Amino acid sequence: MPGSRIDYSVILDLVPQGTKVLDLGCGDGSLLAELVRTKGVTGRGIEISEEGVGACIAKGLTVLQGDIDEGLRDYPDRSFDYVILNQTIQAVKKPDMVLSEMLRVGKKGVVGIPNFAFWRMRLYLMFNGRMPKTEFLPYEWYNTPNIHFCSLLDFDEYCGKNAIAVERRIYLSTDRGGRVLKGARPNLFAESAVFLLSRRG
Amino acid sequence: MPHRKEAGPVGLVKKKFYTFCEPPHEMALEGGGRLGPVTIAYETYGRLNRDKSNAILILHALSGDSHAAGKYSAEEPKPGWWDNTIGPGKAFNTDRFFVICSNVIGGCQGSTGPSSVSPMTGKPYALSFPIITVGDMVEAQRHLVDHLGIDRLFAVAGGSMGGMQALQWAVSHPDRVLASIPIATTAKHSPQQIAFNQVGRAAIMADPNFNDGDYYGKTVPKDGLALARMVGHITYLSDDSMHEKFGRRLRGKKTLGYSFNLDFEVESYLRYKGDAFVSRFDANSYLYITKAIDYFDLSLPSGALVKAVEKVKSKFLVISFKSDWLYPPYQSKEIVKALMVNGVDITYCEIDSRYGHDAFLMDEGEMHKIVKNFLENVAARNGIAAPGAGG
Repeated sequence: MPGSRIDYSVILDLVPQGTKVLDLGCGDGSLLAELVRTKGVTGRGIEISEEGVGACIAKGLTVLQGDIDEGLRDYPDRSFDYVILNQTIQAVKKPDMVLSEMLRVGKKGVVGIPNFAFWRMRLYLMFNGRMPKTEFLPYEWYNTPNIHFCSLLDFDEYCGKNAIAVERRIYLSTDRGGRVLKGARPNLFAESAVFLLSRRG
Repeated sequence: MPHRKEAGPVGLVKKKFYTFCEPPHEMALEGGGRLGPVTIAYETYGRLNRDKSNAILILHALSGDSHAAGKYSAEEPKPGWWDNTIGPGKAFNTDRFFVICSNVIGGCQGSTGPSSVSPMTGKPYALSFPIITVGDMVEAQRHLVDHLGIDRLFAVAGGSMGGMQALQWAVSHPDRVLASIPIATTAKHSPQQIAFNQVGRAAIMADPNFNDGDYYGKTVPKDGLALARMVGHITYLSDDSMHEKFGRRLRGKKTLGYSFNLDFEVESYLRYKGDAFVSRFDANSYLYITKAIDYFDLSLPSGALVKAVEKVKSKFLVISFKSDWLYPPYQSKEIVKALMVNGVDITYCEIDSRYGHDAFLMDEGEMHKIVKNFLENVAARNGIAAPGAGG
């Protein structure tokens, strides 16, 4: 998400001081570095790209180059307080497996997703008759790394059916430099959302 | 603080020696043998800081030696084997760190090995030299580090067999290593790796001049050693890098010779590498060191690597290369997994290099950047002072 990264500040608020955090698909480590700096977390990252890993190392982060689609089987149960999957789920091959693994390895999960039912997406498809493109999702259908889009309703429904408790839902808009939405019909008006999850039962 | 100036050479360097375990002392070896006195050849680059906390021990591979950087004289044609990595402003920044590299025991470049004179007989040990292990190499280095007055190494680092020593250091001396950087290595030799080493040893032993290792002062088994080196070299390259380096180009001719003389570039390259090796390496050292690598299995005695590394306290940077088929990335991932399960602070990077196992020795910009950044961050976080003006 371009601009001020409202999602970062939301996640920074969600994660308590001094916890143990695993960031899946941590990219260049910007979010993880902020968590380490401002929240004093013990941070670990997993990133698939060599460039991302190199950038994380330059920031002094601890990162493993790896593919989260291959699972987190080497990580013991509940070995992290928070496992973060921010703006990554749409790019993984097996989102269900990744979600279930993150809630095994972490006591809580933080998932940031783009909302495919955002009104601009709907209008784009309706009036242009083409796959929606936005500033944040600029790819063509044939070269997009984003292969698993869902709407906020879809995601909520998935959690309900799979014994995942949604503890918090924070709806976001990139309007006016990025802000949290409080109003009704988030599935229409939120461009993205951050979910705080835990395993039910 | 990272220096802003351009990376440069370390300049002229000198090989030094340290001898320990003089009579009546002896070094007890893992294989049951005993060795003494033991001499270690070593070099240092950069300066030790006041509290002796900025030392990096560089660990060499099978055919390496203590001459990791710089030149002995301005006339020396080539600098040390990791000169592209060690120096002012380089990955192992000698403006910032005190870098040590020693020749392993069993070697032939100044440390006690099979070509050294046995105090018992007054003649070279040859095959009466005891079998040594990677653990013994590290134990000998521990004596050197003690001698230099260093309680805790800032880092240990090396590729291939050097990576095994970097792992062994972190396991054997958890309180004496702040950071470990094993590169292109494994926690235990695979059957394929043992097999290639055995071919090399068989080539040496089949040489008519081998004479049960007793060839010093006589004709050395150079054909066998050259053949061993040729096999080794093939395993260090990748299919890709051989295409790039040689293709099917002919050497010194325009048409195929239709004979058993050398036709292809790759043939003459291997012949050259083999012959060049013979002039600087001892065949018995090749036997002892390859055997030490083959015996390497960090998971012993329990057989469980996760258990073997449970006392490790060092931070780790593990690096592998995608095209390395001799020490493939899966072996590095096994190391990563075992350390991670133990909660070790470990970073892993799989570099997309085309140069096979040799990548760790090449001008591999990505590796250099990663190592440099890693070391600078660990140094900053642990308050490792740069050597002051007064040393």
